[in-house]
Amino acid sequence: MARYFAGRLGQSILLVWLVLTITFFLLHLAPGDPMARYDDPEMDPETVEMMRRQFGLDRSVPEQYARWISNFARGDFGISLRYNRPVSELLAGAVPNTLRLTVAALAVYMILGVALGVTSAAKKNSLFDRVGTLAALVVYSIPSFWLALMLIMLFSLKLGWLPSSHMQSIDALSLGALELFRNRAAHLILPAFVLGVASAAGMARYMRGSMLDELRRDYVRTARAKGLSEGTVLMKHAFRNAAIPIVTIVGLSIPFLLGGSVVTEKIFSWPGMGSLMVESIFTRDYPVILAINFIVSVMVILGNLLADLGYALLDPRIAFSGEEGER
Amino acid sequence: MPEELLKIEDLRTVFRTEAGTARAVDGVSFTVGRGETVGLVGESGCGKSVTALSIMRLVTDPPGRIEGGSILFEGRDLLGLSEKEMRKVRGNEISIIFQEPLSSLNPVFTCGEQIREAIALHQKLGRRKSKEKTIEMLRLVRMPDPEKRYSSYPHQMSGGMRQRVMIAMALSCQPKLLIADEPSTALDVSVQAQIIELLAELRVGRNMAILLITHDLAVVAQMVDRVVVMYAGAVVEESPVEELFGSPAHPYTKGLIDSLPRLGRRLERLPMIPGNVPDPLDLPEGCRFSDRCQARFEKCATEPPLFDLPGGRLARCWLCEGGDG
Repeated sequence: MARYFAGRLGQSILLVWLVLTITFFLLHLAPGDPMARYDDPEMDPETVEMMRRQFGLDRSVPEQYARWISNFARGDFGISLRYNRPVSELLAGAVPNTLRLTVAALAVYMILGVALGVTSAAKKNSLFDRVGTLAALVVYSIPSFWLALMLIMLFSLKLGWLPSSHMQSIDALSLGALELFRNRAAHLILPAFVLGVASAAGMARYMRGSMLDELRRDYVRTARAKGLSEGTVLMKHAFRNAAIPIVTIVGLSIPFLLGGSVVTEKIFSWPGMGSLMVESIFTRDYPVILAINFIVSVMVILGNLLADLGYALLDPRIAFSGEEGER
Repeated sequence: MPEELLKIEDLRTVFRTEAGTARAVDGVSFTVGRGETVGLVGESGCGKSVTALSIMRLVTDPPGRIEGGSILFEGRDLLGLSEKEMRKVRGNEISIIFQEPLSSLNPVFTCGEQIREAIALHQKLGRRKSKEKTIEMLRLVRMPDPEKRYSSYPHQMSGGMRQRVMIAMALSCQPKLLIADEPSTALDVSVQAQIIELLAELRVGRNMAILLITHDLAVVAQMVDRVVVMYAGAVVEESPVEELFGSPAHPYTKGLIDSLPRLGRRLERLPMIPGNVPDPLDLPEGCRFSDRCQARFEKCATEPPLFDLPGGRLARCWLCEGGDG
């Protein structure tokens, strides 16, 4: 097992390096210049030139790359070209916010997706199943920005039940602990739902299919022949098997959630990595873009690693290479 | 004849398919006495397994459906029970062993857990007690090293061991009737004999009736008391085992027995029954076996009833009309 993970770690480091290197050169290939926003008659060209030198933007691209990667390897993400503050400081503010949103969306995605999928499979061809199938298709096809706007219109403007943007109210700091928690939870509901629901629709379809596959198997017949209740047959015997392929899908969906968070954060003015990423791309803030890229790559790789672990945990037939599998 | 335990009357199970309605079990009647071993034989596709699943009410609906008849178990009609009442019968009073032990066991639970679950359910035992009972059952079916095997997964066992697990599971609640659906077919030949011997041995002293479903007449000769021969969804002959092998009444049974290899008989080729089992979607008019039968004559155009023969035998053939075979 240890050897397996050592191998995976090596692969992952290589992968992250590759992703970052490609991003680095792509960024420099793309038109635009971080200093372009100082193209202003009021601005002294010499000052701009000085800043350019200060940030090392006057050097050749390979030189910049060498400097950047060696700093990066030592854990120095550099200085934001836009805010003139260390990138790590900017990230320290944004990453936890994004994680909060993504984890909440993941919960919406898993709970809603699994519950709908399993129920549809259990009541195959019932009204619930048909309506669910149609609803899943509709939700899956709706662009998330539009869904977000509609939900804001309904729940924030018309009904006034939920806040439309930001992570907490302006006066949040004056609230007690419980009130603050409730305030933040209320702010979380709409964005987490928007981010999670489209994937949940996909998940419900996978889950339904996977459950139906399992319900056809001989061991399900054996479980029924033992006299077990239909609930036990479904939730213990079939579900455990049906969950195995689903774990992989959850692992693969993490990049989608992180990608989706860019749009969602922007719409709900959520001060997270997604918003920061969008701004940084517009202003060619290279160090920030690269650092966010790094974090996203690590999260995706971690997600896949967790999926593999979950896989092995659920399926006793899987032995990690190097471990002895009894046959 | 022992007291009646199971009495199936005019059982009809159909499968609705796109191509039409397949009458897989078409008016089957037979009985199994307390502690008796009855063999249900016939070629693949003749409705043996569907009959077994119908008794357990495990036919998948849709497409399958029990359309009529009755299945009296100790006088109670199983077809009239609620699903909840039926669950108390399954695995408790009637158990079943399937043909393919690997796919019949859940791959993600240990074998011990899968047996323990049934014991805990029907005998209302706690985790520790039911585990002890499970290990006892594993020992009973001659599982080597039962304590250790309790925590083995199905994929870590051999085919024979898996079938022992299935048998332990089926017998764990002392059922009055065990349905064994081709219990040895999927196993190696050497293991087949062991499993059949184990079953024969375990029924002694338990007063457990066995409905042994098989197409292997050698197994039938070895362990059953009475044989029910099925063909194309219907019973064509019923007879005590010695008489069946001694003087088969139905031409189909004759064909089955003639196609068995025998010591002291040298032939270039084993005789076989020409043709195939008819499609249950499209059963022939009259006698179902007529298009494959060597002894066919005019009367076979109408379906024969089951004729009573001496010695409590039954046969569905016009040749047996008049009762003397």
